[in-house]
Amino acid sequence: MVENSLPLVSVRNLAVEFTQHGGGPVRALDSVSLDLRPGRVLGVVGESGCGKSVTARAMLRILDRNGAIKNGQILLDPGTPQQTDITALPGEGNRMREIRGGRIGLIFQEPMAALSMQYTVGNQLMEAIRVHNDPGKAVARERVIKLLTDVGIPRPETRIDTYPFQLSGGLRQRVGIALALAADPDVLIADEPTTALDVTTQAQILALLRRLQVDKQIALMLITHDMGVIAQMADDVAVMYLGRVVEFAPVNEVFGAPKHPYTQALLRSVPNLRAPPHSRLATIGGAVPQPNARPSGCPFHPRCPDMMPGRCDTTAPAPVPPGQAGASCFKVEDAARVAADVKVEVRA
Amino acid sequence: MNMLEVSGLTKHYPINAGILRREVGRVRAAEDVNFTISKGETLALVGESGCGKTTVARCILRALKPTSGAIRFSPADGEMVDLAPLSKRQLRPLRRHIQLIFQDPYASLNPRMMVGDIIAEPLLVNGVASAERHRRVMELLDLVGLPAAARTRFPHAFSGGQRQRIGIARALALNPRVIVADEPVSALDVSVQAQIINLLLDLQEQLGLSTLFVAHDLGVVRHVSDRVAVMYVGRIVEVAPTVALYATPRHPYTQALMSAVPKADPLMRDAAAAPIGEVADPANPPPGCAFNPRCPFVVDRCRTERPVLRDVGAGQLAACHRAEELTLAGVG
Repeated sequence: MVENSLPLVSVRNLAVEFTQHGGGPVRALDSVSLDLRPGRVLGVVGESGCGKSVTARAMLRILDRNGAIKNGQILLDPGTPQQTDITALPGEGNRMREIRGGRIGLIFQEPMAALSMQYTVGNQLMEAIRVHNDPGKAVARERVIKLLTDVGIPRPETRIDTYPFQLSGGLRQRVGIALALAADPDVLIADEPTTALDVTTQAQILALLRRLQVDKQIALMLITHDMGVIAQMADDVAVMYLGRVVEFAPVNEVFGAPKHPYTQALLRSVPNLRAPPHSRLATIGGAVPQPNARPSGCPFHPRCPDMMPGRCDTTAPAPVPPGQAGASCFKVEDAARVAADVKVEVRA
Repeated sequence: MNMLEVSGLTKHYPINAGILRREVGRVRAAEDVNFTISKGETLALVGESGCGKTTVARCILRALKPTSGAIRFSPADGEMVDLAPLSKRQLRPLRRHIQLIFQDPYASLNPRMMVGDIIAEPLLVNGVASAERHRRVMELLDLVGLPAAARTRFPHAFSGGQRQRIGIARALALNPRVIVADEPVSALDVSVQAQIINLLLDLQEQLGLSTLFVAHDLGVVRHVSDRVAVMYVGRIVEVAPTVALYATPRHPYTQALMSAVPKADPLMRDAAAAPIGEVADPANPPPGCAFNPRCPFVVDRCRTERPVLRDVGAGQLAACHRAEELTLAGVG
């Protein structure tokens, strides 16, 4: 079960809305709660539009201009005297700048999104170090070479003076990771860090992330659509669908005994390296709805094989309580209630 | 009966430099590629980016002119034509027989054309009469699982998976003898990807399609293909029936590729050992076997002598000097 070390970040009931040109607000996140704990990897998995990237961007206060946090809290160091609510800080203020990169690092899917073409790798990494805690130019350069070594870049003394476009995709992502680690954050958000990479490079980058996360006891939030990456990397898993966490559990439970019908269906639809030839995959009917056409009630009900008419299509099930394993689903609630009743009867 | 016989297919891109734009080198995108696809068979071409799989696909479609080699194709039972030397004019009557399914369902459909017109376009170009076109469009929509009402709507009204169905309907419009599918499901969400894989499997069975399936995802390939050809830096390094390739890979690169796939099972962690280093530069491949700098089984011979693709038993072909002596791990 989830360890009881104090989380470094606690997201509570987070709601985010985007205003659309010529349309009403679109709800992208609905009551999302998550905990990031030191030394643990939280895997966040879901299909496109489920809100996994919006969650990350809200935590760093880098939502697009038409997006706004409508409700909830993002607590840094919750339960300590230093507790800070990120949602209450000015997005462009100094405190937020310190947190961004200094406390919470971000690794992007496409490292070129984080790197400038105009500056050398060394320049950009030195800037990231010096912005947060300037040790002077010479020391910063030493630190950059150390960082490049840490992320497994061969010949760091020469690579420090190359430009990002001179590097391969795998090396670029290593620089992206170095950039995220430059100011020594204790929380790291990796948003699809290996999606743009080939499978052998992906294996190398995941191994690197794992090693750094363990060595530095980082709280890693790993966002991906790939159930394989989740299985290999995560300690705990949050499955998201249309802006909600529909299931949260330790990784072995999610794969061994998934509770939410969406998690179950998602796992069945993953192609299998051991499948018999020409075997069909289990599918989920329909497609993920557009965010502006959010279904009433449980957002998954139009695609759910276990949909209960009159219930799932009218009311949304309660969100998963923070820090506990569970699924946001009436069917799961009912099953739990029956189990509890049985227990009471046995006791009586 | 073979629908397609590719032999010695080679595609080089010149690297020009200087004010005279003199050729200073060549990117060897595809080098001496050989394979066949028989009637009703799906051959998967797999490899990492830059390995030349898309170059091979584009040569077969004759969107590219190969540098050398032959692409023999059967336009009618008992006939064989080499597509490689043909001119544009000579290719025109043959193009209807080889159709492409694109990767990106957002970029490959004209946003200003109605779905019915998109699917009817190949029919129109080939002079099919209006009434017959209409009948065929309805038939195709039904075949790929779209409602008849889709005919008069525009692509933007459809999700990624539905758009890919439209692209598949267009590719099938002229009853092609060969389908080239270039990463047809890699842009889709997992749940939608499964729907499209199932559709492709249904179509293979119903229509007996011969398919070249270009992909990087070994999980997807396992479900759809009869045989698999693995490419590395422009060359095929292994070809085998799908089940045999996964169970007993005979080339170290195939093994590396399979072990690198993250398995969707948390109880099977850390079994994967990522191959060291990076894919070689096709403009400057290492001498000998291109995989030798990354290969855990490398011996001196691998650094000097290039292994040829040869029969290593049980219908498997591998280009590795040590194929007979190595026992490589598959995935069951």
